[in-house]
Amino acid sequence: MGSYILKRLVAAIPVLIGVSVLVFFIMAMIPGDPALAILGAYATPENVAKINADLGLDKPLVQRYFIWLGNMLTGDFGRSYSQNKPVIDEVMGRFGNTLILAGVAFVLCSVLGILAGVVSAARQYGLADKLITFTVLIGISIPSFFLGMILIIIFALKLRMFPVSGMYLIYGGGGPVDLMNHLILPASALAVVATGVIARLSRSAMLEVLRQDYIRTARAKGVGERSVIMGHALKAAMVSIIPVLGIQAGFVVSGAVYIEMVFDWPGIGQMLVNAISQRDVLLVQGGVVVVAACYVLFNIVVDVAQALLDPRIKS
Amino acid sequence: MTLFNWTRRAVLAAGAALALAPMAATAQTPEGVLIVGQVAEPKSLDPAAVTAVNDFRILVNLYEGLTRYKPGTLEVAPGLAESWEVSEDGTEYTFKLREGVTFHDGTPFNAEAVKFNFDRMLNEDHPFHNTGPFPLAFFFSSVEETTAVDETTVKFKLSAPYAPFLSNLAYPTGLMVSPAAVEAGGADFGRAPVGTGPFKFVEWRANEAVVIDKYEEYWGEPAGAQAVVFRPIEDANTRVAEMIAGGIDMMVEVPPTALSQFEGDGFNVVEQAGPHVWFLILNAKEGPLADKKVRQAVNYAINKEAIVNDVLEGTAEVAAGPTPPAFAWAYNDSLSPYSYDPEKAKALLAEAGAEGASLTFYVTEGGSGMLDPVAMGTAIQADLAAVGLDVSIETYEWNTFLGNVNPGLEGKADMAEMAWMTNDPDTLPYLALRTDAWPDKGGFNSGYYSNPEVDALLEEARTAVDQDKRAELYKQMQEIVQEDAPWAFIANWKQNAVTNDRVENFTLEPSFLLQLEKVVKK
Repeated sequence: MGSYILKRLVAAIPVLIGVSVLVFFIMAMIPGDPALAILGAYATPENVAKINADLGLDKPLVQRYFIWLGNMLTGDFGRSYSQNKPVIDEVMGRFGNTLILAGVAFVLCSVLGILAGVVSAARQYGLADKLITFTVLIGISIPSFFLGMILIIIFALKLRMFPVSGMYLIYGGGGPVDLMNHLILPASALAVVATGVIARLSRSAMLEVLRQDYIRTARAKGVGERSVIMGHALKAAMVSIIPVLGIQAGFVVSGAVYIEMVFDWPGIGQMLVNAISQRDVLLVQGGVVVVAACYVLFNIVVDVAQALLDPRIKS
Repeated sequence: MTLFNWTRRAVLAAGAALALAPMAATAQTPEGVLIVGQVAEPKSLDPAAVTAVNDFRILVNLYEGLTRYKPGTLEVAPGLAESWEVSEDGTEYTFKLREGVTFHDGTPFNAEAVKFNFDRMLNEDHPFHNTGPFPLAFFFSSVEETTAVDETTVKFKLSAPYAPFLSNLAYPTGLMVSPAAVEAGGADFGRAPVGTGPFKFVEWRANEAVVIDKYEEYWGEPAGAQAVVFRPIEDANTRVAEMIAGGIDMMVEVPPTALSQFEGDGFNVVEQAGPHVWFLILNAKEGPLADKKVRQAVNYAINKEAIVNDVLEGTAEVAAGPTPPAFAWAYNDSLSPYSYDPEKAKALLAEAGAEGASLTFYVTEGGSGMLDPVAMGTAIQADLAAVGLDVSIETYEWNTFLGNVNPGLEGKADMAEMAWMTNDPDTLPYLALRTDAWPDKGGFNSGYYSNPEVDALLEEARTAVDQDKRAELYKQMQEIVQEDAPWAFIANWKQNAVTNDRVENFTLEPSFLLQLEKVVKK
């Protein structure tokens, strides 16, 4: 298993280099100048040139790429001029917040999605199955940012059950209870689509397994229904469900971009949107590289989990 | 236990958790602490390094300048300087500083501190010049030398008479920072600001809040609130929702369409016209608009009333000329805006032989002070179509837009949207209407307007020490510029804010600065 993990890690290096090349040159192609973002309406060509020189943006593109890459390998992601602080501090702080939001949403959608899929499969064509299939269809069809606004109107403005935005109560707030309070609406909005997808795929994965001969054998031998479903069938179905979870984890992180805007959640999505409009090149580049590295890591974890469940995959 | 029972328990548990969770959510904001919903996270809290009104709103409560604006006006009053004298030729300003003032870190405020501030910004050899960039340093580009005469006297030597100097000292770029704090913080000073103002900095929780506390040893009247918390909430709808839900006590820049939600009990809507002009730059160098008659026709063709009332829902007023009425002393109130007169526009176009001309129009998607630029642009396009002008819109994101417009419209476009917020009646016309301000000379006259009379008036006004004399010159300038129509004059924005009814003594200033020292929060 150790060599398998090592192999997967080595294979990730070219992917990350590719990402760095892409994000660097795409940012270089986007029109608009960081100096203009700093100077605003008062930007004269002279001042623009001066600030670009200060930021090192007057050097040839390829040279800039290698300087950036070299610095990054030593842990120096540069300094964000829009935040006036080291890029790595800003990115890691923001990314931590996104992981809290996406992590809770991911746990929600995995647990609810698998549970709904299992119940649906176990009660195929029954009332529960129909109800779940119908709900899932609605869930998949609603864009998460729209759902976010609906949740704000109902649960924050009308019922006053949860706060509208932010991560903590601003004054005298803090602590896990406060955090949970602020998390419930955005995490729910974020989890809905993924829950639907996971529920659908879990249902079909379960149905496929339940048709297998060894399930019939188990039932014939008198194994209880709960044990058949949760023990035998679910374990086998997980081999097909785990890759779906991996993909959904990616979707949850990227979906967080919209949700962070709607709920003013100080995460990396909100940061990237602002950094792009500010032409804060180093912040965008650093943010994208960290997110990409995280995706790659997710995929490796999923592959390893799959390999653990089904040793055939490793070979 | 069946699987179904098992799920039912889970659902019940989840329901119970949901029911318990909201207990802390409805907590009210604490007494004495004013929570302000801002439009964005500040870039920096170093007053010399920022240009955004959003950042200024925090800065003016932490710092003070040598001068300040008299409440409710744009007139200059003493600040950290008690008094000043101007030499007869207008090139030497000597300030007598207030005694017994200390920065929040205990550093005394004195002439050396003033000198440090200006040298840091203007002198490239200064050891702390690298704590910049200082994008608005040109406000003080006429300062040749700053001298600390004695502990409480400071003298500025200017390269030429420069009348807006006192007003620029009141602007955030001129606010005084603690030299000791800059020396200690270096480039990070902007994240741990130290001034002399009625509030002192407490903490900046990244992307969450900037907290400032009442400064107990303040030399003047102590602040009315114990603390102010500035919360960045970028999405305007989320900001409105947070205001309605009670999570913030005050919000600025309320979207026009949301204003009606705050009419009624529990909230106060505050409005204040400021020194803002929203206009179209017209390309006077080439194409149909090189003809004055066509430029006047454009001014007559646009229904400005409809734009301010319908598009902007009454959050702006129709502009008459290049100077906003907020500069009351310099504003020519005998000017009335170009009337909405499509027939006259058509006649002028016929006279100029420009019927059916095609125009390229640069529109931005957003940007500082630009209000609702796409909707306004399309309304203007429709008005011009009605008089037979074929206008094609090109839309750009703000930074790209500035990159296209600031270097000049020649060879690219006939018209472009623009808006300016300034602190002195000199700034906008001097930087954007003079012949010597054409883009190739480093100015912002992107439409290449040129009138020697206007040039002479502006040069004279800037060097005149007597304010009545200056006012007279600006009034003449406005008449000529209105007649020449280098721009289409559209709107003056009325800034707005909403507070809940626990907030007292709050007013908006014409300077667009958010002075909170008198505000009391129950």
